[in-house]
Amino acid sequence: MVYVIEDKCDYCGVCVSVCVPDAIELKETSIKILEGCTDCKLCIYVCPFGAITDKVVSVVR
Amino acid sequence: MKEEYDIIIVGGGPGGSTSAYYSATYGVKVILLDKRRDIGFPIRCAEGVGEAGLKEFLKPDPKWAVNKISAFRLVAPDGNNVTLKNKEFGYILQRRIFDYLLAEKAAEKGAHIATRTYVNGLIVENGFVKGVTAEYLGKNFSLRSKIVIGADGIESRIAKWCGLKSHIPLRDIETCAQVTLSSEKIDSNFSDFYFGEKIAPGGYAWIFPKNEYIGNVGVGISGIYSKNKPPIYYLDEFIERHFPDASVLTRIAGGIPCAPPLKKIVMNGLMLVGDAANQANPITGGGIINAMKAGRIAGKIAAEAVMSGDVSEKMLKKYQEQWDESVGEINKRCYRMKKVIFKFSDKSLNKLAEVLNNTPPEKLTLKEVFIKALKQHPSLILDAINVFK
Repeated sequence: MVYVIEDKCDYCGVCVSVCVPDAIELKETSIKILEGCTDCKLCIYVCPFGAITDKVVSVVR
Repeated sequence: MKEEYDIIIVGGGPGGSTSAYYSATYGVKVILLDKRRDIGFPIRCAEGVGEAGLKEFLKPDPKWAVNKISAFRLVAPDGNNVTLKNKEFGYILQRRIFDYLLAEKAAEKGAHIATRTYVNGLIVENGFVKGVTAEYLGKNFSLRSKIVIGADGIESRIAKWCGLKSHIPLRDIETCAQVTLSSEKIDSNFSDFYFGEKIAPGGYAWIFPKNEYIGNVGVGISGIYSKNKPPIYYLDEFIERHFPDASVLTRIAGGIPCAPPLKKIVMNGLMLVGDAANQANPITGGGIINAMKAGRIAGKIAAEAVMSGDVSEKMLKKYQEQWDESVGEINKRCYRMKKVIFKFSDKSLNKLAEVLNNTPPEKLTLKEVFIKALKQHPSLILDAINVFK
């Protein structure tokens, strides 16, 4: 599973363009990783601002 | 908004607006949908266009063609530059105004436009695309049509939903970061292109001036190199080096498909236009004029198809054929050249700059640059000649 750091995200859509399972829903100012994510990490590799990660850094309760 | 249209166009960039303009000219019922609240904002683009291509559509107006470029500087990794002069290289656009104008013109021809409308699915019946599902202010609705034109950009989901494109491979994507900045170091006379492994691996950094003190400064790198270092870090270093005291007015991310032409860009009731169809130039990344050229063909063919009552792939294929024979052929050649050019080592680039600077200035054209660059690959020299005919 991958996670978007929304503070860094510019909603540019490069991640969507490389996503094979079409698992990213991107609107003008919001982004959601969907259940179909296969954890291929291509989105992490291409993000212009490095805004996607596969590491969980904190848990909000 | 009607319940049904002849043509639904998804995406209000230059490709979508041009498709809308040309199809609406025939009197068919057209609607253009965009997920953003504003046509023309945000703009993820270096905003450079070629003069010849632009003039096919519009007479340049200083309100949106804000700077005329008559010289390029190609900068090698060691800092030596090659200056190319051509009175008709092109313009730097203010796309906030340009895109809005294109949409206005389409609306004047009778196209409807709806923003803040997010297309979230295709309606497919009996192997024909028959419309879209979309969401506005949280409410889902269906909108039917005879043809859907997918002009939804690099993030195109329409291209995926209809099976014509699965994704863009890392080697075919340029991932980019750009700022628009104000600095006294901006020189409005030149568009600059910087090359080098440490500057922009698999791509280039650009300085595209809008006037004497404002310019778009950006870096695009190949997706195969961005894993270790995203483009924003390359950009920060570039700005630190060249514009350390600049004021930044815009900071933006984006990507460009620098891919070979898609095998198919049409199916029953559907056409793809622009970045959604991978139609940007694979070397320069220029996509605005290509999207407009595609939109012009697609708009006309779509309207003809609607009026003839035949929206099958066989009918819509005329669009693909006209595209393939014109810009598609150029893109194919450019992709072949790109595979070689962006693999040049810094040493080879420095050497190439030296060779070019020993060429008499009147012989220094883009064609000469490519021919000299591809000297080790004779089969590609023909591509260079054909592209720059």
